[in-house]
Amino acid sequence: MPILEVNNISKKFGNTEVLKNISFSLEKGESFSIIGSSGSGKTTLLRCLNFLEVPDTGTITVNGKVIFDGEDPSSKSEKGIREKRLHFGLVFQSFNLFPQYTAFQNVTLAMMLLAKEHPDYKSEKDRITEEINTSAKKILDSVGLSGKLEHYPHQLSGGQQQRVAIARALALNPDILCFDEPTSALDPELTGEVLRVIRELADRKTTMVIVTHEMSFARQISDNVLFMDDGVVVEYGSPEQVIGNPREERTKQFLERYFESENN
Amino acid sequence: MNTIIATLFDGFWLNIELFILTLLMAVPLGLIITFGSMSKFKPVKWLVKTFVWVIRGTPLMLQLFIVLYSPGLLFGMPMKSRMTAALIAFVVNYAAYFSEIYRGGIESISKGQYEAGAVLGMTKPQVFFKVVLLQVTKRIVPPMSNEIITLTKDTALARVIGLAEIIMRAERYTKQGLIWPLFSTGLYFLLFNGILTLLLGWLERKLDYFKV
Repeated sequence: MPILEVNNISKKFGNTEVLKNISFSLEKGESFSIIGSSGSGKTTLLRCLNFLEVPDTGTITVNGKVIFDGEDPSSKSEKGIREKRLHFGLVFQSFNLFPQYTAFQNVTLAMMLLAKEHPDYKSEKDRITEEINTSAKKILDSVGLSGKLEHYPHQLSGGQQQRVAIARALALNPDILCFDEPTSALDPELTGEVLRVIRELADRKTTMVIVTHEMSFARQISDNVLFMDDGVVVEYGSPEQVIGNPREERTKQFLERYFESENN
Repeated sequence: MNTIIATLFDGFWLNIELFILTLLMAVPLGLIITFGSMSKFKPVKWLVKTFVWVIRGTPLMLQLFIVLYSPGLLFGMPMKSRMTAALIAFVVNYAAYFSEIYRGGIESISKGQYEAGAVLGMTKPQVFFKVVLLQVTKRIVPPMSNEIITLTKDTALARVIGLAEIIMRAERYTKQGLIWPLFSTGLYFLLFNGILTLLLGWLERKLDYFKV
């Protein structure tokens, strides 16, 4: 059973159709990349998965359970939106770390808030806090930041900030971790450290949806690649096929333009 | 001379009282007004915006008279205490100004902060209180400091409805041919605002550990 099934998702902003009947599915442990030019709807698709945008139609199914159905008005309401969101993690292009918290606190904040809602929290406060602290340290260590726990975001480089953001998203142990162009806001010399972390996550079979402009990276780490253009899925398959040997004219043009500009 | 200074001190105590009470009440009330003016429910939004427009668009001096006299004129229940009347006028007036500062602060926080909180499963109140509020506070300390210092001096307006604050008391001596008590009142305000400036500067430095 796929961990995620997206069926016929459509989204309009005013009169502009940004997503037109998008469908794809994802197996547990799969790394899945979405490529396409700016304005193709990639980011909107990712935002729909995280319920930052509400799709107009279609269904989203996680682990066999329908968590969104465009036909059902109740699934568009705010109610229950938190539980749905917790299936997904999202790493933003612009990091969006909380500036007043240290790297460590950025990672623990949401965990602590969720733990406080647990009925046992009061009686087992110390144990729960200890567990959260240990796991936050472990996660920050796994992204190579064990030396930066007490640093505030403005004291970190862009690459370090993005790695904290990845740790923050991982901390809640989402079923599917989404990345929205995670290296686009970084100086070229800092993209490597972030890509390395994502690559490690792929090696550890973390289920991921990655919107990216890094074609060779997508080709190396993805199990499947989806090429979007103008709100539709143009091509979908293994990276060798979609990036290495595209069948569709639009995919070919896009990749040609991409590699041309990269060579310049 | 000692009795004059003691009288002025008594008067200034009233200014301070009005200042502290206004601040304590207008700071939270301003936040409620902000939520109203940012409400997605249009009638509430426009009602609150009109209210802020009227309060900011008319003199505080006039508002003092209106609060003092209208309960008696309209409902036959005269305002019993002049201090209460002054306090109501000051709190409402300053809450309206504060609310606009808060609104500016809240709107200056990037959408990404709200979204980051949301995707981490935080509720809207959690995002506001745990993520946004401190950033807003940092942003609004400088403009709030300005308003707070203006408030100390505005308390002298309370004399128009007969509250014996420091300037009203000092003015009485001019009729006896003494001008120095009136001029000396400036020193009281100056000293008080000096302390206030230090406190607000300390708060600004306290929030210097992060950048927004």
